[in-house]
Amino acid sequence: MSESVPSLADEVVLELAGVSRRFGTNVANDKVDLVVRKGSVHAVVGENGAGKSTLMKIAYGQIRADEGSIRIKGRQMPIAKHNPMKAIELGVGMVHQHFMLVPPLSVAENVVLGREPLKGLVLDLDKAAGELQALSEKYGLHVDPTAIVETLSVGEQQRVEIIKVLWQGCDILILDEPTAVLTPLEVDQLFDVLRGLVAEGVAVVMITHKLDEVVALADDITVMRRGKVVDTLEGQGASVESIAQAMVGRSVLLQVAKAPANPGEDVLVVKALSALGQSGLPALRDVSVTVRAGEIVGVAGVEGNGQSELQECIVGLRKPTSGTVAVNGQDWSGMHVAERYRSGLAHVPEDRHARAIVLDFSIADNLILGRHREFSKGPLIDREARAKEAEARIADVDIRPADASVHAGTMSGGNQQKIVIARELNRPANAILVCAQPTRGVDIGAIELIHKQVIAARDAGLAVLLFSAELAELQSLSDKLIVLYGGEVALRMDAEELAKEGARAKIGAAMTGASASQESA
Amino acid sequence: MTKRGNELFLQVYGVAVALLVAMAAGSVLILIFGQSPANVYGVLLSKTWGNAHGIGQTLFKSTPLIFTGLSVALAFRAGLFNIGCEGQLLVGSFACALVGSALPMSTPALLAVPLAIAVAGLAGGALGAIPGALRAYTGSHEVINTIMLNFIASAAVLWAGNRFFFVEETTHTAEIVSTAELPSLGISGSALNGSFFLAFACAGLFWVLMDRSRRGFELRAVGLSPLAAENAGIDVRRSIVVAMTLSGAIAGIVGANFVLGYKHYFEEGLGRGMGFMGIAVALLGRNNPIGIIFAALLFGTLSNGGLEVNAFVPKELIEVLQAVIILAVAITSATTQRALAKGGAS
Amino acid sequence: MSDVFGAVFSVYFLAQLVRTAAPYVLAALGGTISERSGVVNIALEGKLLVGAFCCAVGAIESGSATVGALCGILGGMVVGWLYGLAVLRFGADQIVSGVAINLLALGLTRYLLKLFYGSTANSPPAPGFGDSVWRNVLLYVVIGLVLAFQFGFRRTRFGLRLRAVGEHPEACETLGLSVLRIRWMAVLIAGGVAGLGGAWLALDNHAFVANMSGGRGYIALAAVIMGSWRPKYVALACLLFASAEALQVVMQVAKVPVPREFVQSLPYILTMVAMAGLIGRSRAPASLGKPHERG
Repeated sequence: MSESVPSLADEVVLELAGVSRRFGTNVANDKVDLVVRKGSVHAVVGENGAGKSTLMKIAYGQIRADEGSIRIKGRQMPIAKHNPMKAIELGVGMVHQHFMLVPPLSVAENVVLGREPLKGLVLDLDKAAGELQALSEKYGLHVDPTAIVETLSVGEQQRVEIIKVLWQGCDILILDEPTAVLTPLEVDQLFDVLRGLVAEGVAVVMITHKLDEVVALADDITVMRRGKVVDTLEGQGASVESIAQAMVGRSVLLQVAKAPANPGEDVLVVKALSALGQSGLPALRDVSVTVRAGEIVGVAGVEGNGQSELQECIVGLRKPTSGTVAVNGQDWSGMHVAERYRSGLAHVPEDRHARAIVLDFSIADNLILGRHREFSKGPLIDREARAKEAEARIADVDIRPADASVHAGTMSGGNQQKIVIARELNRPANAILVCAQPTRGVDIGAIELIHKQVIAARDAGLAVLLFSAELAELQSLSDKLIVLYGGEVALRMDAEELAKEGARAKIGAAMTGASASQESA
Repeated sequence: MTKRGNELFLQVYGVAVALLVAMAAGSVLILIFGQSPANVYGVLLSKTWGNAHGIGQTLFKSTPLIFTGLSVALAFRAGLFNIGCEGQLLVGSFACALVGSALPMSTPALLAVPLAIAVAGLAGGALGAIPGALRAYTGSHEVINTIMLNFIASAAVLWAGNRFFFVEETTHTAEIVSTAELPSLGISGSALNGSFFLAFACAGLFWVLMDRSRRGFELRAVGLSPLAAENAGIDVRRSIVVAMTLSGAIAGIVGANFVLGYKHYFEEGLGRGMGFMGIAVALLGRNNPIGIIFAALLFGTLSNGGLEVNAFVPKELIEVLQAVIILAVAITSATTQRALAKGGAS
Repeated sequence: MSDVFGAVFSVYFLAQLVRTAAPYVLAALGGTISERSGVVNIALEGKLLVGAFCCAVGAIESGSATVGALCGILGGMVVGWLYGLAVLRFGADQIVSGVAINLLALGLTRYLLKLFYGSTANSPPAPGFGDSVWRNVLLYVVIGLVLAFQFGFRRTRFGLRLRAVGEHPEACETLGLSVLRIRWMAVLIAGGVAGLGGAWLALDNHAFVANMSGGRGYIALAAVIMGSWRPKYVALACLLFASAEALQVVMQVAKVPVPREFVQSLPYILTMVAMAGLIGRSRAPASLGKPHERG
């Protein structure tokens, strides 16, 4: 549809030049340039951790750049003095990935917060409500100004965020992963709204990693990888394939040496599993998947489509509403987490910092976390056994620094993840490995080692269920693949199909619900 | 190694700054009372550590603080805040005195003393278990619940005492049987008694539990990261209840010092303030048993010294000093922690 | 029983109730505004005590109850400032700092009492309220404050920002609001209002007595929770707690066989039940007790 949106002008409204930002040793943005034109949609694409969000927060003044220049509507902003207040004054508004709305307040209260209209000493919410009404009618953003935000759906809350930014008078709209949490219908509605805004001369900057959206909407495309801009493309004529190539980069298309799988018996059998999510709404519907000994089954999907709930149900952190999880013929339904570990579970959680390690524990203590019964003598921890284990694992996977007393919180992501992998793959009873986002926030060197470890686990006969947001990783490691969409299995592929040309596009389509809606139509 | 050395330096530095601030504030108060700070601090030190009686009394005053400090620290290391020592030591002491006085005269000491101590621990532990269970199973915050329980426990003990147990016309219970008494250590007439060693034993057990045992490993994991603990198969809710129960039990055993070792009966108002002081001791002692013993000695010195300096300045000066130390330590530990976090990130 | 009944509805009882409730209401309003901004307020007890002391000193030295009340407000604000310094400026633990400030207030007021008036038990008689609580201007100030808080939280710019900061400080930060500034305002106002509560105690008693707050700060804290952080319900919770106290006096006179201690404990028991979610839903501001790190 992008051809129906005429470019109003080539007037540049937002310009970032040579922007860099470091967090500790991690370079989030490395001399990044970005040019946004009035009345256009500019997509910033890249895989997780490419530095897109940091860049946008720098533009919005929420994160301070270490160096570089920011120019908004021709005005140079000193990087040290840039802040959200100034950004809003100059017309830059941002809709964060995690909405910045105050849940117990009403829509109107949220919108006016910080720029409240007054009648004497008293808030003039009626006036604001009227203005909101006008805005929402103009752009088709239907929201009730008196509604309490926490009672609204995610899609409605996003409309509140957009209306907030418009009410503030912003005409440069930054959206961070706006479609990550929306249903396909809501995505269509959002795009209609954005097209309307662009037609009015608003500049939209949109972060996303969904390429079909980019092709549908963007006038300009900036591709980021590992903190750098690797390509800039024009929206017209760009294809999903061309963007994907730029995004992943040929050199990083992971070449993993892997013998063909030699699968054995069914080990992990998930049958008709349904579960509620954190919000109490159904998150997993009737999911069945079987993993055999010695094979890796990949699970693809946009974040929030039931992957977390599936992991939690298998591990025992979440109670399914129906369905069963069985391993080697043994029903795991009534078992708590510790029992499952003893019965053959190994688990690499998706949120490493929150779930997998205790940041204030030493390497040695993290290596026995959850296995501390194995390293006990009576009621006491067997310190000698713990020291031996630490020494062995540090050598095994080359954990650095090689000092067992160092706190995990001071280590790099890659080394933290090595601790987790080493701990989980050395459990004595291992039968299945639930492995989620194994290389998220991990440096390249560690990625290779972690991939080798996962394949070695497979070759040793483990049934591996691999969750990843990196399609490339899933493709290169998995022997089979399923795609979750809306809590259901939207697509299943075997090794043969995975190897075929166009497999990636097919997976991508399933992830965005394209095939599901086709089927239902 | 340098990182840990750095950490230790910052912590010692923080405590030193806090003490200096407190001394400076104290000096101002002494000066406006028209006295010489050097003189008052000198008296404070010589009367507490300058002779055998003073040392005995100081150690006696420090004893309950070791218990309450350990109590707060145990909960704290499991990620919980026990402000309920005040109530827990009250019911512990009360129960201890009741059992001690109900025992037959012929009960051998080997049975009577451990029994009385166990009952004190059980009573304190039971009171600690309530906010623990409420936190674990309803999510209601233990800080408010322990504060509320302090008042409820105090009212309940007073009611039960007045109604059933206090000796007529008094606010104390009957004396315990002589075999349940903890012997005085006989340091020139000071009240120091066997419970001092009990406190050290408790500190030792605390160290074994928290730093050497599997249960302690689990409690620390729960305290530092409940989500990671849950993922590791640790029963987080049960750990919370266990931690609060143990914490309450240690506070309950304070009764041994007053009831078994000193007064030989329960008296209304006994041990008041020791629970709150325990927070300070735990904080200053960095939740570590050796640190807690030193912090308890410091606060015990101040408590004992307050009585001695009363001839020059009101003894309330000492309460002010103690409060300033707590506030200053709270501030310096926050600032040093942030300094460490920054050092760790870069 | 009819004696009790009669006594409850007597004018005397009502006056007793109002006199008891007023300092609770003031302290609890202070607690409410502070906690709505996300700052825990264990230090209410200390603010009451310092407020009472400053009020007594001011009233004795000037001979005027009004000056006393103003001194009480000022004293409470100084405590609030000290608390803010610890927890807002330096990010110290809010609970530890609150406990420390309560101990500090207890020791310091007695120390200064001895310094000024040579006694650590009580001050000389101070000017105070007249005989009738109904003709007491402060009573109407209290009622006015409840209404002002209730209205202010909902309908003023500061009230809106206060609520927002307590619930979602990061969101406020992205809008360019200063979280710390709003919390500072809240903590200072809390100090002043609670200080006035202390002043009420001193004026009502015509003197300062050591530890005269006697745990009222903690009851006020309980009332904040019972009233689920909303001024008008907090005030009602204070009335409820105060009536338990007033009732206890009446019941004692009438020799009703309900233990006094049980009635005294009722506010605390009710609060624990409320917190466990057994009566209604009482939800604390989402950021309560968490120090704010600027991004």
